Order: sequence, then C-alpha cells, then structure tokens
Amino acid sequence: MKSMSRNAWLTFAASLAGIALLFVFEETFDRFTMQIFKLCAINVILALSLNLINGFTGLFSLGHAGLMGLGAYTCALLAMTPAQKEDNFFLQPIVPWLLDVHLPFLPSLLAAGLFTGFVGWLLGVVALRLRDDYLAIATLGFSEIIRVVLTNAQPITNGALGLKGLPRYTTMWWAWGSAIAVTVFLVLLIKSSYGRAFKSIRDNEIAAEAMGIDVFGMKVLSFTISSFLCGIAGGLLAHYLTTIDPKQFFFLKTFDILLIVVLGGVGSITGSIVAAIAVTASMEILRFLDGPLNLGFLVTNGTPGLRMVFFSALLMIVIIFRQQGLMGTSEFSWDALARIGLLPRRGGKERDG
Amino acid sequence: MTEAGNLAGLREAAPSQAELDRRDTEKSQKIDVSVFSVSGSISMDLQTFLQQFVNALSLGSLYALIAIGYTMVYGILRLINFAHGDIFMIGGYLAFYGVGIFAMPWWLSACLAIALTTVFGVGLERAAYRPLRDSPRISIMISAIGASFLIENLAIVLFDARPKAFPVPGLFAANHVVGGIHVASVSLIIPLVTAVLLAILLWIVHRTRTGMAMRAVSTDIEAARLMAVDVDRIVSVTFAIGSALAAIGGILFALKYPRLEPLMGIMPGMKCFIAAVVGGIGSIGGAVLGGLLLGLIELMTIAFLPELTGYKDAFAFILLIAVLLFKPTGLLGRNQGEKV
Amino acid sequence: MGAALLETVDVHKQFGGLAAVSAFDIRVEAGEIVGLIGPNGAGKTTTFNLITGVYKPTRGKVLFDGRDITGMAPHAITRLGIARTFQNIRLFRDMSVLENVLVAQHMRMGTNLFEATLRLPSYLRRERRIHERARALLAEVGLDAHEEAKATSLPYGRQRRLEIARALATEPRLLFLDEPAAGMNPQESVELMEFILKIRDQFRLTIVLIEHHMQVVMGVCERMYVLDYGVTIAHGTPEEIQKDPRVIEAYLGVE
Repeated sequence: MKSMSRNAWLTFAASLAGIALLFVFEETFDRFTMQIFKLCAINVILALSLNLINGFTGLFSLGHAGLMGLGAYTCALLAMTPAQKEDNFFLQPIVPWLLDVHLPFLPSLLAAGLFTGFVGWLLGVVALRLRDDYLAIATLGFSEIIRVVLTNAQPITNGALGLKGLPRYTTMWWAWGSAIAVTVFLVLLIKSSYGRAFKSIRDNEIAAEAMGIDVFGMKVLSFTISSFLCGIAGGLLAHYLTTIDPKQFFFLKTFDILLIVVLGGVGSITGSIVAAIAVTASMEILRFLDGPLNLGFLVTNGTPGLRMVFFSALLMIVIIFRQQGLMGTSEFSWDALARIGLLPRRGGKERDG
Repeated sequence: MTEAGNLAGLREAAPSQAELDRRDTEKSQKIDVSVFSVSGSISMDLQTFLQQFVNALSLGSLYALIAIGYTMVYGILRLINFAHGDIFMIGGYLAFYGVGIFAMPWWLSACLAIALTTVFGVGLERAAYRPLRDSPRISIMISAIGASFLIENLAIVLFDARPKAFPVPGLFAANHVVGGIHVASVSLIIPLVTAVLLAILLWIVHRTRTGMAMRAVSTDIEAARLMAVDVDRIVSVTFAIGSALAAIGGILFALKYPRLEPLMGIMPGMKCFIAAVVGGIGSIGGAVLGGLLLGLIELMTIAFLPELTGYKDAFAFILLIAVLLFKPTGLLGRNQGEKV
Repeated sequence: MGAALLETVDVHKQFGGLAAVSAFDIRVEAGEIVGLIGPNGAGKTTTFNLITGVYKPTRGKVLFDGRDITGMAPHAITRLGIARTFQNIRLFRDMSVLENVLVAQHMRMGTNLFEATLRLPSYLRRERRIHERARALLAEVGLDAHEEAKATSLPYGRQRRLEIARALATEPRLLFLDEPAAGMNPQESVELMEFILKIRDQFRLTIVLIEHHMQVVMGVCERMYVLDYGVTIAHGTPEEIQKDPRVIEAYLGVE
C-alpha cells in the first residue's frame, strides 16, 4: 500500500506542476508560441481520437478530416452571432432557422461533439460492416462526401467561401483543458472493461465475438466516441483559426493525424500525446526548411514543401524500421520510470491499480 | 488572421489543395461546355447523349487504365497501392520534362517517361512494400499512405507546386465535328489505346507463363511459392505493368487536361481505385468495367442533372459505399472470407 | 429421455457447390461428454461453427435448451451459455493472460459505459469480482503464476489451457472443445482427460469435443458421432464405434 501512495503522490505532484506550468506558459509565451502551444492541444485530441479507433479497436478508419470539418462547422454556426452570420452569407442568405441560433462556447462545443458523434454513429452503422482496407476506403469516402456537402450546402455552410471572423474562443485553457479532459476520459475508458473489449476486437475479432462481445456494437461504440472527440477537436480548431472553409478538411488532413498516431505508437495514449506535441512543434521549428537555406557549400532560395518531405520520409522510416513507433502499445507509468532507473525503485511486487 | 491560418494546418498544402479544387472545377467546366450549351436550349436529346457518351467513354477508358494497376496489385498483395495515383502523376511530369527541357519529340519523351515510371513503380515496391510483406495489413497500408505522402511532397519540392501547362502535340489537339458532336482527337485516341493495351495485357495474363504465375500468386501466394513460383519476381512484374499503365494514363490525362500539378494524381487515383472495387477487385475485366461505368455516371449525371455538378467528386464515393454494402465483391469479383 | 440440452435438426451447410455438412442431427443431454470424430476435412469444425453462430446453416435448425438459436449472432449464443475453444488458437495476442480471461466476463458484468469510465463503486465492485473469478479460473488451469504474461508468449500447451479458462469465464452450460489435445504428448493427454472430467463436474458442464487423439476421445466421451465428408456415418458408445465397419472404412479406407 505504501508504494501505491507513492504513485498517487507522484501523480498529484505532477498534476500540480502541470497546472503551474500552464500558468507560467500563459504569462511567458508570446502570441506566436502560444498559437502553436494551443495547436498542440488540439492535435493531442485528434490523435487520441484516431488512436481509439485505429490503435485500440483495430479498425483502420480514415474519416477524421471530414468528421473534424463537421465539428468545426457545427460549433462555428452555433457560436456565431446573427450579425456575423449575415456578414458571412452575403452570396445567399443563411437558412432562417439557423440565423438566430446563438449559443455560448461550451454548449456549442458540446453540440459539435454530439452532432459529430451522431453522424459518426450513422456512418459506423453503415461502414463497420466492412473490414480492413475496405473500411479504410469507405471511411475516406465518407470524409470526402462530408467535404463535398460542406462545399455545396451553401445556405447552411456558406459553401466554398467558408466562415470568417469566428470569435476567438479557443484560449489556452480551453484547448489544454479539453485535451486533459479527453486524455483522462480515454485512460479511464481503455482501463475499463470496455477498453478490454475494444482491444480484444483488435487482437482477434472472431474470438471476441465467441467470448460474448457484441463486436459490431462495440465497433460502433468506439467509432461514435472517436467521432465525438473528433467533433470537439474540430470545434476547438474552428475557434482557434477563426476562419474555416471546406478545403481545410480535405482527406489529406487525416494523414497528418495518422502520422502523429503512427510516430507515437498505434495503441499508446502516451505515444499519441508525445507525438502530437513533438510533431506540431517541429512543424514550426522546421519551418526554416521551406525558406532559403545556407548549407555553407550551397545556398538555396527557398523550397516550399521540404518540411513535409521530412515528415513523410520520417513516417516511411518509422513504418519500415520501427513499426511500433515511439511507444508501441506501452504507456507511461511511474513504475516504468522506476524500471529504467529514472526513479528510485520500490520494494515488493508491483501491481498497477 | 493569415498567420493563424498558416499555423493551423500541419502542412502548408493549403495553396496546392486550393489549386487542386480549382483545377477540378475548371476541368468539369471544360468538359461541360458542350453540355450546357446544348442542354440550355433543348431537353436532353440524342445528340447531347452521344456527345456525353463520347466524353464518358474517353474519361472512363482513362479510369480503366489506372484502375487496372490497382486491381492487379490488390489481387496479388491484397494491398491498396495508395501511391498509384502519384505514379500516374510522375508519368505526366516526366513526359513534360522530356519535351519541355530536353526538347525530345513527343513520342520519344512519352516512351522514356513510361520506362522511367515503370522503374520507379518497381523500385517503390522494393523499398516500401517488400520489407513489410509479412507485417500486419495495417502496417503495409500505412506504408502505402506514407509512400504516397512522400512522393507528393517530393513532387512539390522537385516539380514546384505551381501548375505547368502540358504541351499538347497538334495530332492530339485537333478537333473534329461528326454529326454535330465535337470530338478532340485525344478523346478518340484514349479509348483506342486502352483497348489495345487491354488486349496485350489479357494476352500476357492468360497466354504466357508469367501470366500463369501471376494468376497462381493471386489465388494463393503460399501455394504458388511452394510450386517454385518466384513470387518476388511476379510482384515486380505486376508493379511494372501497373506502373507502365499508370504512366500511359498520366500522359493521356495530361493530353486531355493539359495541366500538371504535384497533387494531380490524388483524385483520379482515388476514383480509379473505386472503379476497381466497383468492378470487383482482382479482376482486370472488372477494373475496365468499373472505370467505364464511373466515367459514364460522372459525366451523365452532370449532363442530365446539372444542379448536381458541385457534388461530382462525391459520386464515386457514394457509388463505392453502395457497392461495398450491397455487393462487396464488386460486379465481377470473387468471394473471399476468413477461415475459422 | 428428457429434453436434450442441444439438438440439431437436419442441419446442412453448403459452401458454393460443396456440401460441407449434410443432414447433421446431434442430440446432447445435459451433463454428457460427447465426442465428434472423423478424418480431416470431414466437417467437424464446421458443425461447431454452425452451432456457435459463426456460420448460418443453409438448412435445418439448431436448438439449445429447447430454444431455436439458428442464425443468431455468435455473441448472443455465447450469452445463452455456449462457449468454445478454437482449433487454431485464437487468443487476444497483445493482452495479458489475466486480461484474456477478464474480457470473457465483460458481457456477464452487466455494466454500462458511464459506470465503467467514471469508475463508480458499483463498477469497481463488479471489477473486483471478475478479477477474483479470473484468478480462480487461472489457478484451475495452472496459469495463476503467469497472469501478467502476454498471452502469446506462453508455450503452446498453456495457450490451449488459457483458451479453456477463457471459455469457462463466459459461464457456459455447454462447452465445445476443438482439438484440445492437439500437440500434446501422451502424459499431457492423460492430464487433459482428467481435467475435462473435473471441469465437467465442477462447473456442471455439458461438453462436446472434436479430437483426433483416440485415447482421449475413448477415455472421456460417453457417446460419439463420426463424420465423413460432412455426413454422420455412425454414432454410439465408444465400444460400438470401435466395432463399426463404416468407421473403420472411413479411417482406413477399406476397398
């Protein structure tokens, strides 16, 4: 019991330190760094959401870009004032029932999650009859259909013009608060009986079914939860960017999230969080690659895209030489830290609670 | 805020994606010019139908050409070669550079481009797919997505994100009017080329030893290996054929829509994969059927229901989902279930 | 004769043009141990798959405890009290030995997502209960010392035993064992026989097993069915089967 309380203390101390750190960051980061820091949080949610389906339930889904778009639009349309909507919809007026809706951020965000979750449930019921690559391609298809609908449903979404001037609601506290809430939720979910059921489907679908797991129902559940989280991330993203349009949710956006999940480790919450932060930060740090380079012997005058070459090459190297990514399916724990010598070992047999 | 806008996407693909979409609309406008001029005045008559049919035949043949590559690779490795659309793009660019920079005659440039693209496709399989052949299917698929991602980004760096105008030789550009139907030469050449290539391919698959080995590998890769079939060689041959067809498809595509862009392969790639699934993945005849069907559906829907033009890119996906749900094996596919 | 626990009526299964199982009629009384034997490819595993819902019969009916379960989903059938092991071991490979057994109790936990993620007392109580039960089952099959090991890191024989523990965790009344003695040496086979008899009494099970080890089949089964090319060619007590000329012919190929 003594060692249990050691872990509890460490967790408590780490949480306090984390919150203190957030206060420090809020004071010290300049606007630019803060923007990136907030984006890290949004990408953490996206990566966790994709990892829930791909890593823990073993379903290869590529529909995140579209679902994110759905969340972004839902949240934006609920949170904008009628005046902002009228400004935006100058080509064709917005449908009347949507014009006067104006909600605070929290209900808008939750509604975005719920609506995306609902659509995810619908798509899941249809698409989850398929497996493997067929599922991947069908979800990718749904993602594109959502984007095409967003582009064409002018009276609701303002079509290709997108929505501009959204309130800048996504503060650091909103972004990181959501990311932490999602992380805690996911850790609890994965550790629960439902998490075990998800993993059993990943490991052997036929055996899971034979053990009384309603495999289809569980898949739909996992997909719905993932869509809900994705919708939340979309809503945060909308009010972070303050400008959204359908092109941002082209299916290639899913690959960006997939990159994070694979680098972090398919099936590891810790991996997704670390990779989301690392990738988002290095996207900015490596921005110099796109600009003029002076290599001493060679001076280039700017090659836009070099940064993405780096990331896609990294993805290829990881998938070919280190498929488990950073973490494999392992998670952070104080005991693991103790095992590799970063914490004093404690006596007795370990049993994680 | 543009600064925030840039931060938002992980990638800076916004301009190129915007380009892609713009190109798509332009493309559909280009195709639809005749549609609207005719359909504006008369309700759908035979002439409009024929006009669209010719267009659809040519677009469908292009789809078919690329779909064959998907279907062959999937038939043998059970892998969606996500990079196939990018191979198609490379074919177009190489032909462009042959003519534009090295001032080669178009036919020589085309042949060289096809040869180099073939080598590239085979190399891609060696580098990105072969090391993972015994890995879980998800890993190979991620590798395919990664390869596609890498090729696209490399293309942005090497070929430049700005679109390039493809020089169309006069032979292909000529316009004919037959019985009130406008036909560009290239629209007639494409189905012809497809037909000839299809005949050659079917001959290879059904009449040669290599073709027999290919069929054996696609039926059961382990059994084929036990029968002393050199599986690696057969996989390479499959990628070679698929890539060569994609290169030819890319060049023909560039002749029809003379505009090159690093991301030009994505949408046609997706659509052709869908065509392969619709026809029945693993079946060459199915790929051709699927390609033609998709071309027909896309153009006919736009012609007869112009208000749906904006949804054009969604047709393929809707078709895909419908087929997957109601006939997952496709129109000409065989059934394969997991053995318990 | 009382009501049978399991009864199949004229069950047929076609794969394309191939009749994998024809006119399969089996009747199993509660508490019996029944063997299903036959040469490779005789359709034994297919009958398991038909009864447990993996395949849907082309024709015919499956009755469990008087209830028609034909065409029900496998998980629903498991819920009614039928469990199975697999010929080609199907463990949850990236999960621990303990987790493998815990998963099998998920449906009996009667918990919901809300309780489970919020770790409400009601959930934690159930979680504790299934942990205790899982450990007891692992002790039963002699794997209690390995509960933290990854399932697929176990040697083959232990993986088979884990499969049985996992099947027992679903609280079945009827248990299907698909070649439980495969890959075992004679000594292990004898232990397995004793084990099968023991769990039958301890958990008040009815057991149907497919086995090639004749020693095991003859040793534990009270009655047996013999399949050849999907057709039931004989059934009866082990003594009757041993003497049946059709069975000898099927196995030895008498001209």
